[in-house]
Order: sequence, then C-alpha cells, then structure tokens
Amino acid sequence: MSRRFRSVLALLALVVTSTYALDAQVTSDRLLRAASEPQNWLNYGGTYTSQRYSTLDQITPANVTRLESKWVVQNQVFGAWQSNPIVVDGVMYITQRPNDVMAVDAVTGSMYWLYRHTPSADAKVCCGANNRGVAILGDTVYMGTLDARLIAIDAVTGKARWNIAVGDVKAGYSITMAPLIVKDKVMVGVGGGEYGIRGYVAAYDAKTGKEAWKFYTIPGPGEPGNNTWEGDDWKTGGAPAWVTGSYDPALNLVYWGIGNPGPDWNPKQRPGDNLYADCAIALDADTGTLKWHFQFTPNDAYDYDAVQVPVLVDREWKGTQRKLMLWANRNGYFYVLDRVTGEFLAGTPFVKVNWSSGLDAKGRPIQTPQPQGQPTYPGNQGGTNWYLPGYSPRTGLFYFSAWENYGTIYKPEESDYKPGQLFMGGTFSVVTPAPGAATVGIGRRGPINTWTDEVGNGAVVAMDPETGKPKWKLRQHDVSDAGMLTTATDLLFTGGREGHFMAIDAKNGALLWKASLGGQIVMGPVTFMVEGKQYVSVIAGSTLVTFGLRD
Amino acid sequence: MRSMRTNSLMAVLAVLWVATVASAQDHTYSSADIATGVRIYGAQCQLCHGSNGDTVAGVNLRLGRFRRAVTDDDLAQVIAKGVAPAMPSFAFSPAEVNGLVAFIRAGFDPGGTAVKVGNIDRGKQVFATKGACASCHRVGREGPKSAPDLSDIGALRTPAALQRAMLEPNVAMPPINRPMTIQTTAGRTVKGRRLNEDTFSVQLVDDTGKLVTVEKKNIKSVEAGKTSPMPSVASKLSPDEVADLVAYLLTLRGAQ
Repeated sequence: MSRRFRSVLALLALVVTSTYALDAQVTSDRLLRAASEPQNWLNYGGTYTSQRYSTLDQITPANVTRLESKWVVQNQVFGAWQSNPIVVDGVMYITQRPNDVMAVDAVTGSMYWLYRHTPSADAKVCCGANNRGVAILGDTVYMGTLDARLIAIDAVTGKARWNIAVGDVKAGYSITMAPLIVKDKVMVGVGGGEYGIRGYVAAYDAKTGKEAWKFYTIPGPGEPGNNTWEGDDWKTGGAPAWVTGSYDPALNLVYWGIGNPGPDWNPKQRPGDNLYADCAIALDADTGTLKWHFQFTPNDAYDYDAVQVPVLVDREWKGTQRKLMLWANRNGYFYVLDRVTGEFLAGTPFVKVNWSSGLDAKGRPIQTPQPQGQPTYPGNQGGTNWYLPGYSPRTGLFYFSAWENYGTIYKPEESDYKPGQLFMGGTFSVVTPAPGAATVGIGRRGPINTWTDEVGNGAVVAMDPETGKPKWKLRQHDVSDAGMLTTATDLLFTGGREGHFMAIDAKNGALLWKASLGGQIVMGPVTFMVEGKQYVSVIAGSTLVTFGLRD
Repeated sequence: MRSMRTNSLMAVLAVLWVATVASAQDHTYSSADIATGVRIYGAQCQLCHGSNGDTVAGVNLRLGRFRRAVTDDDLAQVIAKGVAPAMPSFAFSPAEVNGLVAFIRAGFDPGGTAVKVGNIDRGKQVFATKGACASCHRVGREGPKSAPDLSDIGALRTPAALQRAMLEPNVAMPPINRPMTIQTTAGRTVKGRRLNEDTFSVQLVDDTGKLVTVEKKNIKSVEAGKTSPMPSVASKLSPDEVADLVAYLLTLRGAQ
C-alpha cells in the first residue's frame, strides 16, 4: 500500500468517524439506508430486507482463524439468551431476561447504563421469559415487554420516555420480539398463541406512543376471512406475531410471519382455514391495511407457526428479475413467494414431511394427517422455527437452521378456554427409539447431550432458491436454534445448542474456524466496525462474546 | 431426612407385603384393566386430580409422582382408605381398583402398557443376590462404574421403561448406552459407553472405567452395538421378582 493511499484512507476514516459522531440521531433515513453503513447493525435483521448480510470484509476466510475474544458481557439472569444486539456508532444495545436493556461500549464491553423493567406478575409466556432485542429511532430505543408493554428509552441516559400497554397481560398477551421501526412508527406484534389470544400487529407514534394503527391477525365478523372460522372461534384463535417483520420501502409494505391458531393441536375445535394464522402477511406501512396474505398451513394441527423472519431478496427467478420473499417454514417446506402480490412461486420440503403429500399449484398443502398414535414429521418444534435465517446476495443461497428426522405424536383433545390459561387442545409426545431415551425439545437443559441421531439432528442448510434443493448442508449432532450471519467475504457465522461458534465457507459449507463457548447459541450473530476494526458478536449460554482479529 | 423417611416407609411396606397375597402372575395389566380405569377415573377421580392427573399439589398421577405411594398396593390402599381430610375413601370393587392402578401405571395412555410394581425390600434383595444386578450396576457408593449408574434411575424412568429394560434390554437400551467400538485414524481402538456427544467429539467411559474423549475428525470407523451387554432377566427371575425390582428401582432418586 502506498503512503499516499494510506493517508487518504486515514483521512476517509476520520471523515467517516466524525460524520457519524456528529450524527447521533438514527434517522429513519439511516434505517432505510442501513446497508450503506455496514459499520453499524441498525435493525434486528441488519437491514430492512432481514438478509443478515454484511458488506464488511476485514474478516476473511484467510484470517478468520486469527479471531480472538475481545470482551465478554456476563448475563446475570438465568435462561436462554435469545437476544439480538443492535450496534449504533460504537454503542451496542442488548436486552437480557426478562426485560433489561443494556447500553454497552462496543469496543470494550463496558456498560454505560442498564434499564430494568420488571414485568407484571401476571405475565405469562409459554416458552420462556424471552426477549429478542430492541429497535432504535432518533435517540430513543424501544423494547416490547413480557407484560405486553412498549417502552421508549432515552438512548443516552437509559431513562424511560414513555411506557404504554400494547395488550392485556391478564389475558395472556406478551411481547418477546424486537420492534420494527418504519418512518415515524414503532411496530410490534403480540405473543400468546398458547393462551387463546386474538393476535395483532400494531404501530405506535415513535414520539408519543400513541397508537397509529392496529391490524388484527384474525378478522372479526363482517371482515374478509372471518368465514374461515366458525362461531366465536375467532375470538380465541391465537394467530400471534412474535418475531420481527421486514420492510420494502419501494412497495411501502411491511411483512410479518403469523403464528399458530389456537387451541394448538386440536383443529377440529376450530374448523376452517383459520386466517391469518400460519400466514405471511403484507401490510401498508402507513395504515396497516392488508395488501395480501399467503397461508402456509390451513387449519393447522401441529403448531406450525409461520413465525419466521421474512427474508426479502431481489434476484433473477426463472430468467426474470423479481422481488422475492424466501421462507423456510416450520411446517417443513421452503417457499419462494412474489412479495409484490403474494403469489406462490415454488415450495419444496427441506426435511422429512408426512403431514402433507405436497403443495398444489397455489401452494396449498395437500394434508395427510397421520393415524392416531403415529408420528408426524416434522415434529412439534418444526423443520425450523423462529431461528433467524440469512441470505447472501453473493452466493445466492438462503441459510437457515433445520431440525431433521424429528417427529411427534399428537393427541388432540377438546380444550376449554379460560382467560390467561393455556389453551393447547391436547398433548404430544416426541418419537424416541427406546422408552425413556432422551429427546429434543424447546431449549437445551444442560451441558450433556444424551440423545442420539435417532431422535433428530440439526443442520445448517444452504438452500438454492432456484432449485429448492440444498446446495450444501452442515450436519450438527444436536438440533440448533441459531441464526445466520453472512459477509461480503463469503463467511457464514452461526452456532447451535452445543455452543460451538462457527465460521463456515458460505459457498461450500466447509468449516473454517470454531470457538467452543460452552453454552447454547440461540440468537443470530452480528458484525460491526468501530475505529476501522471489524467485530463479530455472539451470545452463548449466559455470555455475550465479541470477537475481533488478533492485532 | 429423606432416607429416614424412606426407611420407615419401607418398613411399613414390608409389613404390608407380608399381609398381602402375591397375586401377580403377569408383568403387565391387560388393556381391559386399563379401559376399566379410564372409565372409573373419568367418573370419580378427574374432578380433583384433573384430566392430566396433575391438579393436586405434589401429585402427578400420569407421571407416577405420588406423595405416599410407591407400589401398586400402596395405590390401592390410598384409594380404599383416602387421605384425611383432603381425599375421601372409595369403595371400589377389586377389579375397579385394579383398573385405576393400571390406568395410572400406563401413564394415562389408554393404549399404553401398565406395569406391576411389587415390594421394595424384596426388590432390593433380588438386586443384590439372585438378579446379580449389583455385579455391573452402581447404586450410591457401591458397585462398578462401566455400566450405567442407577442411583437416580427411579427419577428418570417410568415403571414400564424399567420393566422393559430388564426383560428386553436390547430393545429398551437407550441409544446413548449402546456399546461403542471406535477405531481412530491413529490405529487406536476405544470400546466403551457414550456419556455425551456433539458435532465434533464424543465423550465415553471405556471398558477399563476411564474417561475418554475422541475427536470425530480422528475417527476411522465407529460401530454402535445393538446388543446390550446386559442379559435379559426374563428366564432368570419370576414376574413377581421383576415387579419387586421395579419397586426397588423406583425408590432410587439420587443422593439420599
């Protein structure tokens, strides 16, 4: 490198640093152009496309083995740490259970402030006191809470600006997702699909917390789609929204994945297709009006939430440039949709599927319920779930965590709805090769893995959207809830329940580097840059570790 | 404290055993017994115990967690005498009691298998003597280490799983316990039982009782035996003795 070039670089770095140092405000325009400031990780999914792809290129396949731990933050709260950090101009904002927000120096790990919200004792969540992160706009960070509140927190002082109720905590409403910010609005959806809620996505004025719009994910009487429910079933039909959506500014549409109908496992108790449970929905970002929907699993009997982050991709499809949405669904199928219209373009199973014999021309599954006592594949946690997928425009591949060869036997029963009580519609058991043999399920219970591949295994899948077939797979012994991160140097960072943080060649699946962190990785890694140095952060067990290259 | 309580419970049960006529001629209850139990349970028990058997504090009938009972006879006694003041006594016919016990032992599964649970003291004796279980299995501070340690097996397994493990060890063996033979690329052979496994390595206790880690990238071949090192007790022990062993194993619930 010539001396002159070096000094130009230094000058550039100075300009870049000072530009962002001056611009302390994260304007909605910056969120829109998040891809142009890869030193930051501004949205839950990186950019509004939720591709989790970074153009940072300092860490490469050639030097990735020189990664070392730079700092660690220890979680003081026990339990799965599913949170995804955002990083803004050298400050990381990260949540920990149940509803703490921490502002951390992204270079040293030192903490600026910790904001603590103690959720109401009435808060109920089926599957853990999880929170998956915050969003930022202006100088305010936003967090949804387990007791279904939305809190605006000053990004500098760590003090609350406003704190509003989004849902009725006593009726089982909760928020576990990171909010989505579009223009001047903060959007969140509610969890509670196991408590007979009536789900919705709602938008609030970022300045005041005043409700701007609310879209019920179950249409009421007189609204289109209400006829996919019988009688009063719509009132307790679930259809929660508990992972963050994506946004297409050109179409001005926000996309959300909607969860299961309730009660979960007894479809006979709620005859009909049960819209918009298990759907991808497209809403007008300004008004919340439904533009289109696509239902993956009508009259779902298996808790196949469509609670996956919609991944928006512009690419060639069968010879034509199109605006696509790529989706590996909990029901075991990988889908390609046109995100302008919601048109179904393709769908192929990526794991063993026996609840359906295939999809028709419109993408509707041909359902083949198994005889009572016989296993259904994929099992109750699905072929995948809410685990953050990723897409690299360089490789053209879609990456996600899959659970393979894992089945469940369902026992549907009539359930009575009682406000705030579980509303499951029966029970299930996991297929095991021998009585009492260990199985897989929600979360990992400890450091010892005594199940074997007979009850299922995990895999990192690199799906070729064009063919619907994996280009490569990296098999994992244990199942994985880990998210994906790819970079412009064709690195794929991910992990799993075993606690191995891995750098994989995104092109061919070769393992290039790993660090054994000794705790389950149940979030998506992020990358960012401060003062010219690229970092990668991951959470394993109760530690948040930030890696950088050895100096 | 727990061990004192267990001891005195066992003493009481031993007395009960003497007074009880051994009637078990089979290892399991029939599906007709279970069907009877389903009917009686729904009509008489469900109101308090709930459809999953878990609505009375400290009791989970479906999972076999009781406050007082261990054996089938205990269950029959509790049903017949009640638990003052919370639970009334029930005057069921022997067939109805039998059915309820069967339904509980089948884990509330109308299509399941219900297993007889016999006498704890006799089971402990069979474990140490005629069954020769203690020659391979460790309980507490006694016994060898290469076979699975049974110190907490009662907390981990259902009665049906315990019985099956004894009668059909090859079928019942959890896959993690399969005898492994691993050849490494360096020409080493490791024989043993897996304790833990992940994508990159496997942890074993080998045949000599040593803890060994093998990196998967160094494995040339691996064989997981389908035959359990444990022989079936079917030809060696009577159905009553098996029921007694089940009763004893159910009392093994970790450090005491």
